[in-house]
Amino acid sequence: MNRILAIVVAMALALATSSAQAQISDGVIKIGVLNDQSGTYADLAGPGSVVAARMAVEDFGAAAKGMKVEILSADHQNKPDVGSNIARQWYDVDKVDLILDVPTSSVVLAVNQITREKNKAFIVSTGATSDLTGKACSPNAIHWTYDTWALANGTGSAIVKTGGDTWFFLTADYAFGHALERDTEAVVVKNGGKVLGKVRHPFPSSDFSSFLLQAQASKAKIIGLANAGADTTNAIKQGAEFGIAKGGQQFAGLLVFLTDVHALGLEKAQGLVLTEAFYWDLNDKTRAWSKRFAERHRGAMPTMVQAGVYSATLHYLKAIEALKSDDGPKVIAKMKEMPTDDPLFGKGAVRADGRKIHPMYLFEVKKPAESKGAWDYYKVRATIPADQAFRPIDQGDCPLVKK
Amino acid sequence: MAGPVEQVEAAAATEPVAAAGHQVVAFVVMVVSLVLAPFFVYPLFLMKALCFGLFACAFGLLIGYVGLLSFGHAVFLGSAGYISAHTAKVWGWPPELAILAGTAAAGALGVVIGALAIRSKGIYFANITLALAQMVYFFYVQAPFTHGEDGIQAVPRGMFLGVFDLRHTLTMYFVVLAIFLAGFLLIYRVIHSPFGQVLKAIRENEPRAVSLGYAAERYKLLAFVLSGTLAGLAGGTKAIVFQLASLTDVHWTMSGEVVLMTLLGGLGTVFGPVVGAFIMITLEHYLAQLGAWVTIIQGLIFVVCVLTFRRGVVGELAQLIRKPL
Amino acid sequence: MSTVFGVPTQALFGQLLIGLINGSFYAMLSLGLSVIFGLLNIINFAHGAQYMMGAFAAYFLLQWAGLGYWWALLVAPVVVGLLGVVLERTMIRRLYHLDHLYGLLLTFGFALVIQGMFRHEFGSSGLPYAMPALLSGGHNLGFMFLPNYRAWVIVFSLGLCFGTWYVIERTKLGSYLRAATENPALVQAFGVNVPRMVTLTYGFGVALAGVAGVLAAPIYQVNPLMGADLIIVVFAVVVIGGLGSIMGSIVTGFALGVVEGLTKVFYPEASNTVIFVIMAVVLVFRPTGLFGREH
Repeated sequence: MNRILAIVVAMALALATSSAQAQISDGVIKIGVLNDQSGTYADLAGPGSVVAARMAVEDFGAAAKGMKVEILSADHQNKPDVGSNIARQWYDVDKVDLILDVPTSSVVLAVNQITREKNKAFIVSTGATSDLTGKACSPNAIHWTYDTWALANGTGSAIVKTGGDTWFFLTADYAFGHALERDTEAVVVKNGGKVLGKVRHPFPSSDFSSFLLQAQASKAKIIGLANAGADTTNAIKQGAEFGIAKGGQQFAGLLVFLTDVHALGLEKAQGLVLTEAFYWDLNDKTRAWSKRFAERHRGAMPTMVQAGVYSATLHYLKAIEALKSDDGPKVIAKMKEMPTDDPLFGKGAVRADGRKIHPMYLFEVKKPAESKGAWDYYKVRATIPADQAFRPIDQGDCPLVKK
Repeated sequence: MAGPVEQVEAAAATEPVAAAGHQVVAFVVMVVSLVLAPFFVYPLFLMKALCFGLFACAFGLLIGYVGLLSFGHAVFLGSAGYISAHTAKVWGWPPELAILAGTAAAGALGVVIGALAIRSKGIYFANITLALAQMVYFFYVQAPFTHGEDGIQAVPRGMFLGVFDLRHTLTMYFVVLAIFLAGFLLIYRVIHSPFGQVLKAIRENEPRAVSLGYAAERYKLLAFVLSGTLAGLAGGTKAIVFQLASLTDVHWTMSGEVVLMTLLGGLGTVFGPVVGAFIMITLEHYLAQLGAWVTIIQGLIFVVCVLTFRRGVVGELAQLIRKPL
Repeated sequence: MSTVFGVPTQALFGQLLIGLINGSFYAMLSLGLSVIFGLLNIINFAHGAQYMMGAFAAYFLLQWAGLGYWWALLVAPVVVGLLGVVLERTMIRRLYHLDHLYGLLLTFGFALVIQGMFRHEFGSSGLPYAMPALLSGGHNLGFMFLPNYRAWVIVFSLGLCFGTWYVIERTKLGSYLRAATENPALVQAFGVNVPRMVTLTYGFGVALAGVAGVLAAPIYQVNPLMGADLIIVVFAVVVIGGLGSIMGSIVTGFALGVVEGLTKVFYPEASNTVIFVIMAVVLVFRPTGLFGREH
């Protein structure tokens, strides 16, 4: 009788563990890093994000814990149709469990919708639209690194408070630019500043001379660049040509990445004020990790969104370990339940609306003389605490948030 | 001077007006394989190929049988996509009406662009259609209803004719297949109709056709509008299938892609554009991992096709069996 | 402060000057296209990619050979022009007996390959190219601060355009070119090596694109896609001016740059479309363009 009992218990245990394993769909946790691998955003996210995700899987020790994790990557070329096709294919055919990263707000919204339909998981690191935790919030998605509201709040209020109280906006004429301009204008006005004028430029533009002339004529202290990528770097480059800095005006880069500054060079970018969530040189932990990252990524230091991919992957795997399941909405819920802690962003949390919160930093680009070498570009001007850096949870119109 | 148009003359000189036996065989093969395919291949991929196949056929009608290279054909694909997406999502129209609306919009646009461009020929025509399409593209970038970079997303699939639930993938597939075949057969009928014969006459010797009393420009315009309308049908359907209408579909690189598909498949053949579309979509699908290589390979295919492979896949096949395809 | 339609004249003159600078690029590029079309009868879709190669050539000359801007102005167009000559000799020339549309398709293929290769190697964020020291800084003209380099662009392109016009319209070499455009067989019969002239003409047209690229490098980012959307605008310029007309391309290029500049002041969202709208209007009334003739 004892022997039969022992066998039954053994079988029950075996079944229990195997069913726990079966809770991980197909026995493999598949993570798809979807971003722009060859275009405007390839340097700031691109292959670097894939490196970051792999580092997270290794540091988590997935192999030692008996969890099989596979990482796929694809290039969505910043197009919503390409992105949604890949997302569908991944979910339907390749049985991907999590889609990660995704720059370009139009692709974010499309993939968000598809993830919801297929009941999987979606974590955005590079995409900016604050609608992801607002009108478009979903129980299947988390917005990790930053968003347009945080940028506007960080750069806008900090600049106004440090004396930049008159603004002129140079805005990319598409949805993202409009949103960034709208959010930043609201913040500037709230903090007692004034918007002296705004001009919208076609997206993309290569020649900003006429818009810069208008910015100069306005005599605003701050020229807010509500655009990204090549538009921002072109505007700054041409601004240097037209003597913007010499005329006493300053650019505020509303969305600027470390790689943009690297591409511009300190001569042109010096003095630029910007908000980011991470910088490789902030403290010992970030320095150590970034050095490891650079070794695997052509010597280039990580941007905040690549760091975000690392941090998000780590937390995702921790949640799966605790939950013993990779079911989309359940893992997302678990991630909201567990506080976050990693060497890059420190301690933080994921809110009910899917917004991860952590401190944001206001940086200023160093002058060439102040820099000790490549990638030594930023100095910290201010730290925005986590509870102030992001839009208050009740202001986003997110249906998941109970009023 | 052998042009894209003159090539088919050799094969088509004695082409009967009614469907030739081998073409029926080819058609049956095509239909059977398309009916069976979704059970073996990812249906969404097939639907994309079908939509582009129809788009390429519509384009192929213009270049192969009228002799006009339109380098702005994406404007029809994309416009229909936007109108279909908008009527389906914002006005709540059922899918069949949304697609029809898109098709009609493309037709109207075809009349306007055609009126401006049709007086030119050859390179000038190509240049003008390219520039006009770019103008419409910039209009769409600005117009609020397109949502610019975001595109019109989350377009509902709806119930086709109130009966078929298009959210079910196989149902959607067979509806798309039906639309594709309808468009394909329409083009086939046009080519082999008296109207098609007049087009061929105009293509071969326009002054003579005019002297015989045919209003050549009106025929060409009609063909252009028809081509644009069918491209619109493809675009409207695509918007419903993928539940998205975006700027990609109106950009000039899309116009270049359809030229490539038709060139690769075979200018002046009936089945060429479909084959070319399937090949290109497959290539893009499997090479998507390689990023910029897709563009490089597309360019190389262009160069190779233009220099040494002008007849295209189906054209070479037709040459082998010495019958038009 | 006086105003014109609500815009201060200061701002207006500033924008006109900027428009003239843009017009310089339109003029140089459409000149190259017209020269090529005039003799070869093909629309060189690769023109934008060759413009980009000129900028990259300047970049490489600086990075690898330490040769600065002034060297680049001389060497880069020659390099790009030579590459064009190779393309013409090996591939384009095979298409002369065919419909001219094939030339368009072939050069379109070149554009895709060239742009794809550069994009693959360099991504598309763009690479920096330093402003030549001699031309940096600027002058305050009262109504605007004009960077010296931008003034140089206008001066150089005017010189280049009119120099080219003079060679083609007023010299013996130019007369051979014009004759070969109208009747190549007859000119060949007179002992002029027409195929070589065709090759060199293509090379020259491409070199024009290349030098425009060098000129653009310090002010626009050196970017694999810098020519891609620009080329479509230049096509429109050439249609308006008249394909094949040298003076037409130059005048229309500068004029449309100014028009675009004015639109940026009064109605900036339309600045991308205004040239195409003008093209549509011109097509209705003069299908061969303002200065063109039936080819």
